[in-house]
Amino acid sequence: MSEQKNDYKESVFVRFLRATEIDTRLLGMIGALILIWLGFHFYGHFVNGYGAFLTPRNLWNLSVQTSSIAVMATGMVLVIVTRHIDLSVGSLLGFTAMIMGVVQVWVLPQFLGLGHPAIWIITVCVGVAFGALIGAFQGFLIAYLSIPAFIVTLGGLLIWRGASYLVARGETISPVDQTFSLIGGGPYGTIGATGSWILGIVLCVAILFMLVSGRRQRLRFGFPTRPMWAELLIGGVGMAFVLGAVMVMNAYPWPKGIIKRYAAENNIEIPDGGIFISHGFAFPILIAIAVGIAMTFLATRTRFGRYVFAIGGNPEAAELAGINTKKMTMLIFALMGALTGIAAVIASARLKSATLALGQFDELYVIAAAVIGGTSFAGGIGTIYGAILGALVMQSLQSGMVLIGFDSAIQQMVVGGVLVLAVFLDNLYRRNSA
Amino acid sequence: MDNAVASNNTNAESAATPLVAMKDISISFGGIHAVDKASCELYPGEVVGLLGHNGAGKSTLIKILSGAYTRDSGSIYVDGEEATITNPRQAKEYGIETIYQTLALADNVDAAANLYLGREILTRWGTLDDAAMEAETRKVMNRLNPNFTRFKDPVKQLSGGQRQSVAIARAIHFNARILIMDEPTAALGPAETEQVGQLIHQLKGDGIGIFLISHDIHDVFDLADRVVVMKNGAVVGSAKTQDVTKDEVLGMIILGKCPPGAIRGPGALAE
Ligand SMILES: Nc1ncnc2c1ncn2[C@@H]1O[C@H](COP(=O)(O)OP(=O)(O)OP(=O)(O)O)[C@@H](O)[C@H]1O
Ligand SMILES: [Mg+2]
Repeated sequence: MSEQKNDYKESVFVRFLRATEIDTRLLGMIGALILIWLGFHFYGHFVNGYGAFLTPRNLWNLSVQTSSIAVMATGMVLVIVTRHIDLSVGSLLGFTAMIMGVVQVWVLPQFLGLGHPAIWIITVCVGVAFGALIGAFQGFLIAYLSIPAFIVTLGGLLIWRGASYLVARGETISPVDQTFSLIGGGPYGTIGATGSWILGIVLCVAILFMLVSGRRQRLRFGFPTRPMWAELLIGGVGMAFVLGAVMVMNAYPWPKGIIKRYAAENNIEIPDGGIFISHGFAFPILIAIAVGIAMTFLATRTRFGRYVFAIGGNPEAAELAGINTKKMTMLIFALMGALTGIAAVIASARLKSATLALGQFDELYVIAAAVIGGTSFAGGIGTIYGAILGALVMQSLQSGMVLIGFDSAIQQMVVGGVLVLAVFLDNLYRRNSA
Repeated sequence: MDNAVASNNTNAESAATPLVAMKDISISFGGIHAVDKASCELYPGEVVGLLGHNGAGKSTLIKILSGAYTRDSGSIYVDGEEATITNPRQAKEYGIETIYQTLALADNVDAAANLYLGREILTRWGTLDDAAMEAETRKVMNRLNPNFTRFKDPVKQLSGGQRQSVAIARAIHFNARILIMDEPTAALGPAETEQVGQLIHQLKGDGIGIFLISHDIHDVFDLADRVVVMKNGAVVGSAKTQDVTKDEVLGMIILGKCPPGAIRGPGALAE
């Protein structure tokens, strides 16, 4: 790209995009997100007299609330890229949470004793494995019995919701294991100020390492590389973003009540000004970040990911190239199930219980996140980071409207409208860029 | 059946075992007999032109050989031994590579990803080595189509001829022993077509057997050692190109009339 001669005059912006190889869709999404955040903040500021959106507290909550949808959205990208759909994720989340509730509240304490440290580990493993198994089963029906994914997972939507009712006759199972509940966030379910700084620095080093190794790879084969200023800019912006996020998360202190209890339990004297104990990154967002990195790696750096996109681009060609497309389909749905299991861990830990309604309508938010993030129903196109940003957009709208006091009827309508608008804008974008 | 095979080859090649022999291959889709008891063979270093009108069953026959379709009946021999080919992976294991009429490219990924689809180069950590694949792709494409520079773009954005070049590159890059080319030059310009002609000569010299499907009878006469003509799913006959004229071959294609220089197949017009 950068070797092309520029005979015609290009605008600075186009040259900038070319040099940095940033895709305009990413810029567009970040722009939209910033607009949404500023919009809600200043609406609150001017209309309600208090801008509550751009506060550490709200941004911290936003990060926690986004996590479970974001985790599932990364899997939904692969499902939609291969021209399938999974409508069952919300119900499967509820069912898996119910199973985990039974395991950790009714079963394991009998054998291990209440509060045994292995309980949360076994529960999480059971949940993820259970999700993967059901996902694989649905994938089997889709791939080997050629039942359309829409039908199989629509059936799943009803079946798993019904099944989770049967598990406990509609009862709520609580309270979940103490350690398990930390996975859901909350003041104790965080890594604190120091931990957040360490994580931030590790991420910065990772960004540097990726840029350097990517550049070295291209030099090894004598391919054109990005100009140095573009590399520095990308690295700088990436690291500034990471460190900024650390500062925001650390700027949200524990509430006074928690501090008082914590001080009493640990025999700490509270000084006059009170003490400032930071939340830092919460576990759910850490899980979402880890899943996001792992899924990006899977989608872009491995054979599995390459095959997912090839199947999406041309299923017949993938088959002719020797790819076992049936097995791939089954694996993709199994992966979706496993991610749903992880999301179920986050959601039920956050709620500290398993309820019948858990995960209801999540499938719509997950699909919307993937689609807003640029995943195309025509297949073959989609990114993991897009889906995560999409989840953040959806959750920002939702929380923002709650903050400024829109009632839930309006909330639903806005979210629905935004989804349709996003796809329309996406079509426009594609038409202009292709 | 063995007699028929032997009688087909009265020349020096008759001593050699055919690289591929397809015998009495049939397949039907619904009620249509797309291929009906078709037999043909291919020797090392030989180019066989497969001819026939639209819908004659040429693509279907070679898709059975490449594992894209599973035949209803008949058998395939590779190097004289019965081969099990029920999917594309198995065909590739026998060294059978195919340029499909539809090209069979994944439109949304770039040339290198298509070239290496299913056979990616991996780094020592097991991840995709995109840089190595791109470097190799540049080399192959340079030989085939020196004007090709769009290595980063999804192949959807390439011209028909450029896409065809990618499909050809993919088929020849993995040391094929048996190459199937289903209308490989349909979208190519004169210079690129010439290039493919040279490529075929070169591959032939390396002892590779080639099935060439084309509607351009002049091309076929230039490149092929033998022709096999199909009509309505059945083989009309086969002939060495030096033993028949272009008009006679046209007669085989259009009327199913088998000339004296050719060996009759089950699909030939009764005399
Ligand atoms: N997948 C399929 N399903 C149903 N019918 C098919 C299928 N593939 C081929 N056919 C039918 O089989 C017959 C042979 O088709 P084929 O593609 O082999 O013809 P061809 O000789 O390659 O023709 P062309 O020169 O147009 O490429 C046609 O009648 C076609 O309609
Ligand atoms: Mg054809």
